[in-house]
Amino acid sequence: MSSSDDEEDEQEEVRVPLSQRPEWSDVEPIPQDDGPNPVVSIAYTDEFRETMDYFRAVFAADERSPRALELTAEVIHLNAGNYTVWHFRRLILESLQSDLRDEMKFFELVANKGNHKNYQIWHHRRWVAEKLGTIAATSELQFTQEVLSLDAKNYHAWSHRQELSSHIIFMAQWALQALGGWENELEYCRELLEVDILNNSAWNQRYFVITKSPFLGGLPAMRDSEVSFCTNAIIENPDNESPWRFLRGLYKGDNEAFVNDPAISKVCICVLEKNKNCVFALSLLLDLLCYGFQPTPDLNRILSTWGFSGSESDQKYANLVCLILEKVDPMRARYWIWRRDSLPSHVC
Amino acid sequence: MGELEIEKHTQFIMSVEKKKDFDSMVMEHLRMSGAYWGLTTLDLMGKLDAVNREEVVSWVLQCQHDCGGFSGNVGHDPHILYTLSAIQILALLDKLDTIDADKISAYIVGLQQEDGSFAGDEWGEIDTRFSYCAVCCLSILHRLDKIDVGKAISYVASCKNFDGGFGCTPGGESHAGQIFCCVSAFAISGALTHVDRDLLGWWLCERQVKSGGLNGRPEKLADVCYSWWVLSSLTIIERVHWIDKEKLKTFILDCQDKEHGGISDRPDDAVDVFHTFFGIAGLSLLEYPGLKPIDPAYALPVHVVDRLFFGQPH
Repeated sequence: MSSSDDEEDEQEEVRVPLSQRPEWSDVEPIPQDDGPNPVVSIAYTDEFRETMDYFRAVFAADERSPRALELTAEVIHLNAGNYTVWHFRRLILESLQSDLRDEMKFFELVANKGNHKNYQIWHHRRWVAEKLGTIAATSELQFTQEVLSLDAKNYHAWSHRQELSSHIIFMAQWALQALGGWENELEYCRELLEVDILNNSAWNQRYFVITKSPFLGGLPAMRDSEVSFCTNAIIENPDNESPWRFLRGLYKGDNEAFVNDPAISKVCICVLEKNKNCVFALSLLLDLLCYGFQPTPDLNRILSTWGFSGSESDQKYANLVCLILEKVDPMRARYWIWRRDSLPSHVC
Repeated sequence: MGELEIEKHTQFIMSVEKKKDFDSMVMEHLRMSGAYWGLTTLDLMGKLDAVNREEVVSWVLQCQHDCGGFSGNVGHDPHILYTLSAIQILALLDKLDTIDADKISAYIVGLQQEDGSFAGDEWGEIDTRFSYCAVCCLSILHRLDKIDVGKAISYVASCKNFDGGFGCTPGGESHAGQIFCCVSAFAISGALTHVDRDLLGWWLCERQVKSGGLNGRPEKLADVCYSWWVLSSLTIIERVHWIDKEKLKTFILDCQDKEHGGISDRPDDAVDVFHTFFGIAGLSLLEYPGLKPIDPAYALPVHVVDRLFFGQPH
């Protein structure tokens, strides 16, 4: 592994072909066998071909040596998607009983080549982290933070963070509490949302934290503060899909509380006052009406801008909102027509 | 609006099989999936006769290991992803009699975990993608009863999120690709009651952006592959009419390379066989004329699924 590090550091260094390295002189490389009538015939660059030929040799011999380990690193540098090489690397690491903290350094080299969406690297990372246990926790959280600073929606990074949180809490609750783990995670979500309020991944993580953390009290305890956080985000950017869904998620299964929370109707009206065409606000309003929300003077005022006289019965509100939505969101007209056809009998 | 360039796409796919370049080289470990994408697309376009079936079957069988699983290519380790692709290819070519279904089933059964989830291989990565691979593969082999279906389904159900969507593991962000895997797994197992069709249907139809294309989650870019994952999910839950089909058709057709064939993730980007398959599969779900119908859960032409389950001759 060390020579690979050296090669990375010295950018001008020319790669020595394996056939010319004395430490590999005893190995007979095995060329790719595509069969007599290959479905796939592939031509390789010399470097790739040679590296793969030598890899095939050690793989066939099941050689689990330090030089084989270094060779897997060379293959991975050329093609990090080759899952078989990663498997073999793990077998070698196990056989050699290598110190897996060194593997963390190896990751730095591979990940920095822009492979942040590579399934194999993330899985290998997870395997290493699980073996190392809580000592890897801080560095892994740190690593995902670095990746997310480059791509705040990287699905693998978020998944890794969730696995760590769940795994760590199982392993050593006291340790996580000492590290301030779950509170930090909530704060981390808030920071990312400050950078980009449109980051759906961060919203999802926020929901994960407030529902899964054993220290924050769960959804009922967190609801009021989360509604406040959410409605502020909505006011800031009403066309942002994520907080609207998050808001509904906070009241999942509890329609009565949803309808009775004045903050919900308030945010709809506030947004519609500035932009009567906001589809998300109209949609949330429709949901409120369907769950039995009674129209207020404020709502009357908003709907009158659509030509609604207010003299008709309350029961026509939901129907009108559906008609408006069909007009302002024509791409999903059929969905809004279906909503209108499915209105509960007490509102249509 | 443009037309679907069937001849050009056929030539493109055939050339991918013969290509000798760097891209082919780095993708050689997932050749099994590449072959599935290419062959299925050819069949949807009615061009499967251009392929030498015996050669393909012979190569697929070379990729089977003693444990029963298939690898992405010769010289690679078995994995559930490529096991599914291999079985899909053999089903497509009507060559399922060349394999030992019990052996393959045993491999997949061995990957099921205590909580009902599935690992991708012996190294233990867990993902709802693998739940789909297990259920789909075993169903094609008529051996779904070999796994604990109840537990498999309840694990997938545990990945349902507050927005009605599904992620890779419990709590994982809703993502159209994962949603396809979960919804299809439910469909194949007869467990669609776990899906809140109205809530999920709305989440899925909100994937359609101004250009008419579909994205995979909120505030991300449209990509042709979501034409499959979103559309097939909507089809399974019977809400595909909630999107603007004409606009989506136009978007997919705009992603074609009309000169050299193939389809890309979005207009004017480089083409590849992955996006070519998903674009054409999407058009098939949109009932584009000249394409065979595709089954939204098995991701195989309907005539193949009919043959598997109703014994229709082809």
